[in-house]
Amino acid sequence: MSGTDMAFSGQAITGTASASPAGLRPVLLPWLAGPAWLAAALVTHYWPDADDFPDTNLLAILFGVVGIALLIGAALRLLTVRAPWLIVLGLGLGAWEIAQAKLIALPRPFFGTPQDLLDVFITDWHRLGLSLLHSLGLLAVGYAAGSLSGIAVGIGLGRSKRFRYWTHPILRAIGPLPPVALLPLAFVLIPSSWLAGEALMALASGFPAAILTWSGIAAVDPAYYDVARTMGARERFLTFRVALPAAMPQIFVGLFMGLGASFAMLIVAEMLGVKAGLGFYMQWAQGWAAYPNMYAALFVMSAMCTGLITLLFRVRDRILVWQKDGLKW
Amino acid sequence: MVTPSPGNGLALSLSGIRHGYTIGGDFTAVVSGVTLNVAAGEFVALLGPSGCGKSTLLRLVAGLEPPHDGEILADGLPVHGPDPDRILMFQDPTLYPWRNVRQNVALSQDISGKRDNAAIDQVLSLVGLNGFERAWPHQLSGGMAQRAALARALINRPKLLLLDEPLGKLDALTRLTMQTELHRLWKERGFTAIMVTHDVEEALFLATRIVTLSTRPARILSDIQVDLPFHRHRDDPQVLQLRRDILTQLGHRDDW
Ligand SMILES: Nc1ncnc2c1ncn2[C@@H]1O[C@H](COP(=O)(O)OP(=O)(O)OP(=O)(O)O)[C@@H](O)[C@H]1O
Ligand SMILES: [Mg+2]
Repeated sequence: MSGTDMAFSGQAITGTASASPAGLRPVLLPWLAGPAWLAAALVTHYWPDADDFPDTNLLAILFGVVGIALLIGAALRLLTVRAPWLIVLGLGLGAWEIAQAKLIALPRPFFGTPQDLLDVFITDWHRLGLSLLHSLGLLAVGYAAGSLSGIAVGIGLGRSKRFRYWTHPILRAIGPLPPVALLPLAFVLIPSSWLAGEALMALASGFPAAILTWSGIAAVDPAYYDVARTMGARERFLTFRVALPAAMPQIFVGLFMGLGASFAMLIVAEMLGVKAGLGFYMQWAQGWAAYPNMYAALFVMSAMCTGLITLLFRVRDRILVWQKDGLKW
Repeated sequence: MVTPSPGNGLALSLSGIRHGYTIGGDFTAVVSGVTLNVAAGEFVALLGPSGCGKSTLLRLVAGLEPPHDGEILADGLPVHGPDPDRILMFQDPTLYPWRNVRQNVALSQDISGKRDNAAIDQVLSLVGLNGFERAWPHQLSGGMAQRAALARALINRPKLLLLDEPLGKLDALTRLTMQTELHRLWKERGFTAIMVTHDVEEALFLATRIVTLSTRPARILSDIQVDLPFHRHRDDPQVLQLRRDILTQLGHRDDW
């Protein structure tokens, strides 16, 4: 019965929407984002907490400020595409607040409240920030070194028979090994844990970069070389101005895979040996059963990873403007 | 015979050229004993059936591959490899997709390290591509891509221009315009040209000499001097007679 009802109402809704193309939804939706957040603010403020949580009022104010900002945004017609997401986000945060802070539906302390998370950012932002910076520094050095040498090795594999003869077996032996497996050995053999972490991160990002640079160069249409050769191009030009740009789309695939691998390597290295960074922070939080801190660290980590991936996509879009269509991040 | 401006062209001599490829484990002869002497400044049209080895012959002359047998001399010196004096315009445009039209045309200048923007502008307007300088190759039509490739071949004033069906993808009218441009350029610069074409009229309009090739493996069937003054008319009785002769050579006596 209810199934047919739903089907019927669904039909009715589609019918209305198609009848008025510039109808209710696109006009009204942006105006719902602000109220969703304001509702979350009111619930947070007026419904008493089930326990003694920190910063409840601050959280209510924060929700309220976002709600008002969204109303202004709707008035300025800034919200169109993102409105549905902003509504769901506001409602979701409100629901979380009700479930955990007002009703304690899930066991504490493993599941925290929104205000617990906010409190971590207020009281511990300094250490979180330093951990983030440390992780970024560690990642930047290892990833850059690994990617650059990976591309260099890939060029060698693609363009030089002798280089391929000597390097290919080594690559086949070491490459498929998860770099994490080398971690215990690296911490013993390399006196500085920082250096060991960097070396493994370079390995993690270098392998995919090398393989995909190589396969990209191997797939270059030989006619491209002929065109340049008939105009007098030498090996240097053929490698850096023909093979390399032609292989660029593949190289970026390798750089993405390498970035993912070095994220994993970064966190593991920080948890196991390097005594700083977001991984270490998480490890510490777990040791002290500080679950809100763990969630906060996860949040920062996710922001860092997606931010870096976005950055890489931006660089790629700049370099590969000539491509007909690229995947958008 | 026409006397072009001296010194800009290159004399070419092919003697006993043989070449072949291994396809699927079997050796296939592609060029079998081609001997041909081309004086500086001549415009030779190469005609022959599809797959007979015309493109292969041009690759050998360009120095992209050494022939299995025989010798190629450019101005008396053996050809050992590619040289910017002998530019080959390929049958496919093969523009670099990561370079826009202007950058593609400037390729040989990038290789030699000598940028000359005026020359780029000039050759772009010659092929009628001004306004498309910043277009990417995938945004061009087939004919536009071919004109861009022609511009890329013309830009650095080679002494020998090897053209592999340079106007094959153009519509009939653009083709006429480009033939006129090509003729004007050849008169003006005096380079030596070898042009593969499937179009007998085009050969008769442009060439001082028409060489027909057999089916694979390519041999020279006939070598015809076109001793007609330029501004040849397509319906000139002498042109029509030559055309009939050449089509007969290629085995199409009854078709016209
Ligand atoms: N790289 C290669 N490897 C193997 N075989 C080749 C190669 N290049 C050309 N061939 C063979 O040589 C023969 C002649 O090819 P070519 O491209 O010279 O013909 P063509 O006269 O230019 O034909 P078309 O008029 O169709 O362009 C063909 O049978 C082809 O299969
Ligand atoms: Mg051909």
